[in-house]
Amino acid sequence: MDNKDWDIIITPKKKWWDLQLKEIVKSKDLLFLFFRRDVVSVYKQTLLGPLWFFIQPILSSFAFTIILSGFGKLSTDGIPPFLFYLSGMIPWGYFATVVQNNSNTFYQNQNVFGKVYFPRLLMPFSLTLSNLLKFALQFSLFLAIWFYYLVNSSITPNITAFLLPLNLIAMSMLGLGIGLILSSLSIRFRDIGFVVGFFLQLALYMSSVIIPVSMAGKYKWIILANPMSAIIESFKYGFLGQGYFSPSALAYSYGFAFLVFMAGIVAFKKAEGTFIDKI
Amino acid sequence: MIISVEDIGKKYRLGEYNLRSALSDIKQSIFKSKIETAENDRTQAGGKYVWALQDINFSVNSGEVLGIIGKNGAGKSTLLKVLSRVTAPSTGIIKIRGRVGSLLEVGTGFHPDLTGRENIFLNGAILGMSKIEIRSKFDEIVDFAGIQKYIDTPVKRYSSGMYVRLAFAVAAHLEPEILIVDEVLAVGDAEFQEKCVGKMKSVSGEGRTVLFVSHNMGTIRSLCTRGILLRNGKMVLDSNIETAIDSYLKTNAKRLSDGSIPEGASLQNSGDGRITSIKTSDFKNEATSDFFYNSPIHLEIDFDSEIELDRALIGIQIKNSLNESIQDFVNVYDNVNLGVRKGRNTYKVTLNNAMHPGKYYLNITMARFNGVPLDSLESIVELNISNMGETAESGYPFAWYNGYLKGSATWQQA
Repeated sequence: MDNKDWDIIITPKKKWWDLQLKEIVKSKDLLFLFFRRDVVSVYKQTLLGPLWFFIQPILSSFAFTIILSGFGKLSTDGIPPFLFYLSGMIPWGYFATVVQNNSNTFYQNQNVFGKVYFPRLLMPFSLTLSNLLKFALQFSLFLAIWFYYLVNSSITPNITAFLLPLNLIAMSMLGLGIGLILSSLSIRFRDIGFVVGFFLQLALYMSSVIIPVSMAGKYKWIILANPMSAIIESFKYGFLGQGYFSPSALAYSYGFAFLVFMAGIVAFKKAEGTFIDKI
Repeated sequence: MIISVEDIGKKYRLGEYNLRSALSDIKQSIFKSKIETAENDRTQAGGKYVWALQDINFSVNSGEVLGIIGKNGAGKSTLLKVLSRVTAPSTGIIKIRGRVGSLLEVGTGFHPDLTGRENIFLNGAILGMSKIEIRSKFDEIVDFAGIQKYIDTPVKRYSSGMYVRLAFAVAAHLEPEILIVDEVLAVGDAEFQEKCVGKMKSVSGEGRTVLFVSHNMGTIRSLCTRGILLRNGKMVLDSNIETAIDSYLKTNAKRLSDGSIPEGASLQNSGDGRITSIKTSDFKNEATSDFFYNSPIHLEIDFDSEIELDRALIGIQIKNSLNESIQDFVNVYDNVNLGVRKGRNTYKVTLNNAMHPGKYYLNITMARFNGVPLDSLESIVELNISNMGETAESGYPFAWYNGYLKGSATWQQA
C-alpha cells in the first residue's frame, strides 16, 4: 500500500529536514497550555509573585553601578550608569535564561517524554515564549525608567530604536539555538549542566553589557565576536543615543543567530528519537 | 487495516555511558563501520547490545482489541513505547491510520502546583485532546473522578486516591481511533479499578481499536479478542485470546519432565545460586503433576548454592489460571528455619492441598532472610487437581466450585 494512505509512519530515523512543523501548528493548544504552565507555576507560592521579574534586573544593575562604575570607574559611554547597565542586563537576562532553561529540556522532561508523544519542540518553544513575556514586562520597566531620564537629562534616542523587534527575534533564535544544541548534547554528557552557567557568566564579561565597545580598544574584536554584543550595542544606541552601531557587526550577529538556530533545531530533531534510551 | 507493523526491532545498549562509549559511538557514526556490534543473547553477561524486540510483524484491523502478553522483560512495554512514538525503533516500519492515544501511565505531565481544573486541560492536551474537546467533556471528567469540591485546589494537596482518579478520568475520556494502554488499570482501590475496567470495556465496545498490555489474565481475557505472545523480544504467537493466554501460562512452566530446570528460566537471579530441579510427587510418592483432590503435594527442590546462609526463605505461591495468586506458603509461617550450604541443597516440602479441582501454577522463590531473592521462578510448576480423591469416597462432592480454595471450619448444631 502507498505510504500516503497512512497518517503516521514510524521508522528508525527521520530525515533531518523533516521538522514536522505542521504537527507543531496542530498542537497550538498544547503550546499555549505549556506556556501558561511555565508562567503560572514559576511564581506560585511566592510572596512577591511576578514582582521578581523586576527585582532581578534592578538589583543586578544596581550592583554593577556601585561596583563597576563606582569603585571600578569603568566608562559607561556618558550614559547614566544605572540606565547603562539596566539596558544591557535586560536583553542579556532574556538571552541567558532562554539558553539556561532550554539546555536541560530533555533531562527535565524525561518523565513526560518517556510516557507520551507530542512534538518535542513544543517544550523549548513554550519556554521561550514565557521568557518573552518576562522580557516584555522587564522592558516596560526599562521604558518607565528611560522616560524619567529622557525628561531629566540628556539622552537622545534615535530611529534605530525601531530595530528592537529584529533584535528580539535574533536574540530568541540565538538563545533557543544554543539551548537546543546544549540540550541535545546533555543527553549523553551530563557535564553540560555544569558548563552552562559558567559559560554564560564568562560570555557576560566578554560582552558589551559591561564593557562598551568604544572602550575595548584593540580587544574590540573579542567583544564583538560575542554575537550578543552588537545586538546590545544597537539597543543602547537606539534608545540611549550612545554606543557602537555598525550594520556589519549587526549582520554578523543576525547571521550567526540564524545559523545557530537552524543547527539547534536539526540537533534537537536528531536527538529526540531515541533520547529516552540514552539519558 | 489500521495498524501495520513490519520487521520492528529495538536494540538497546548495555553498560554505562562514559567517555569511551561516547568515543566509540563517534567513531562508528563517522566511519559507518560495524566495529563494535557484539550482541548479547540475553542469557549471559557481556556483549554491547541486546535486542529487546526483534522481527515483530503483525497488523491490526479497525475495532480489534489486542492483548499483548508475555513475561517481565519479554518486550511488551518496549513494543508499546515504539508504537506510541516515545522511542524510535532500530529497524522496521510502523504505519498507522488515525489518531493514537497512549496511556503508558496515568497523570503524565500533571503539575503539582496547578489546580485540578488547570491539570485537566494540560493533561488532556498532552494526551492529544484539543481545548474544545476537553471543555465539552470537562463536567464528565470531574464527575467520573468524583472531585467536584476540590477542582480549584492544587493537585499536590490531593490524596493519592483523588490524584489517581482524576488522572484516570482524563485518560478515560480520550477518544482517539486507536488507544494504547499499559497496565494503568492497576491503580486505585478495588471499586475504582472495577469502574476503570468497565470504562475500558465500553470503550472497546464502541468499535475503537485498543492495544492492551497487562499481567492480569482475567482483565485481558475479559477485554481482548486477540492476543500476541512475546518471549525474549520475539513474537511467538498471534491468535485468539484464549489460545494465547493458555500458551502463555504453559510456556512459562519451562520445567523439563524429569523436574530439572534449564538455565535462564529465572525471573530473577542474584547469581549466588540456582534452583536446578523441582520434583513433584503424590501421596504414593509417585512422580506426577496430576493430584487427587484433598491429597498432599510433595515437592523436592534442589538449590545449588555458591554461598552459605544460616537462615533463608523458601516461598511457594499458588496461582490460578488467570495468573492471580490465591495462596502462599513460606517456611517462616510454620516457624521452620532452613539454612543454605555451599553446593547442592535439597528441600522437601509437603503442601497441604486445599485447592478445588482445576489447573494451577506455582511460583517458587529462594530468598535471603531479608526477602532479597536468590532465585525466583515464575509459573514453573503446573498442577492439575482432579475431582477424584485418594479413595472412591473422598472425591470433590459438588459439580460446581466457589473460589479456588476449600475452607475448613468447626460446625456444630446448637
